[in-house]
Amino acid sequence: MESVPYLIAVIAVMTAATFLTRVLPFVLLYKVADHPVLRYLGRYLPPVLMVLLVIYSFKGEDLISRDFLPELAGLFSVLVLHLTMRNALVSILGGTGCYMAVVQMGIFN
Amino acid sequence: MPLHFLNPSSLIMSVSLNQIVFKATLPVMFGYIPLGMAFGVLFSELGYHWLFACAMGVFIFAGAAQFLAVGLLANHAGLLEIFITIFLLNSRHIFYGISLLSSMKAKGWRRFYLIFGLTDETFSLLTSTQPPEGMDKTDYQLRVTLFNQSYWVLGCTLGGWLGTQISLSTAGIEFVLPALFMVLAIEQYRHLRQAAPFALALLIGVGVLLFISQDQMLLISILISVATLLLYKGGERWNPYRI
Repeated sequence: MESVPYLIAVIAVMTAATFLTRVLPFVLLYKVADHPVLRYLGRYLPPVLMVLLVIYSFKGEDLISRDFLPELAGLFSVLVLHLTMRNALVSILGGTGCYMAVVQMGIFN
Repeated sequence: MPLHFLNPSSLIMSVSLNQIVFKATLPVMFGYIPLGMAFGVLFSELGYHWLFACAMGVFIFAGAAQFLAVGLLANHAGLLEIFITIFLLNSRHIFYGISLLSSMKAKGWRRFYLIFGLTDETFSLLTSTQPPEGMDKTDYQLRVTLFNQSYWVLGCTLGGWLGTQISLSTAGIEFVLPALFMVLAIEQYRHLRQAAPFALALLIGVGVLLFISQDQMLLISILISVATLLLYKGGERWNPYRI
């Protein structure tokens, strides 16, 4: 069993650091919220961030090797499922299922 | 208790609103509960009581940061180091806030909670879905955030508890995370109907991951993307003949 006071201090510090990143733009930029540049970023940043978060999920993997084929297969199945069924739940669970099957059966090994 | 709660029609209205919000947040539920459980199971290996896994979901409410915390706790990292690492890991939230500044009208504790609960997935839902006809936007945003946090806390708690009971084998379940972001990216494309921002992000993200930094990939990619978007906007304004 680790030290409980240390854990509580870590939780407090993490809560503060996380909240700070979320509250900063509201504190600093409240008065300039309607600036055209901010509205421009608000329109184009979300799609950019979603793509970056997909790539970020594979941090630590070798993107240009055979080892990445299962991930590409999984992403492709998510894309096909979502374009045909347009049901987020089916796409996520179906894609994850495909990936797990590919990994556990060693299809690309 | 406010008197309008005694009015049956407002109660029925509230139930159906919750159903609408539940349907909108359902994909997040299927991401958060398994992911939260994965965190809880990992966390339980440190030997702390499962109630602390629940507390982390309630107070921190940040997926990547909580996973990272398991490693930091195991290494007995210093508090300053933890503060800086978590701040940098979550600094992408600064850009989420900028994106939502103009559409968030809530005041007081509602505003506080919406800002506190601004995770990747809550941000995605708030920017890609709209409240149903006649529903107050702030009310919708609050319910989406609260539902999402409930799923996360439920997952963390269940995982923390289960981790002390049995050992699970779920190879590949972590793919729910990229699958979730992939679906949200496709929804963003349906909304925007322009391929350029997606191609730009793919190029920058993969480029940074391969050639610049694995550890700081997200932050560096975001900064390069913002700089590129702003330069493009600037070029557009200076040159009226630009496409």
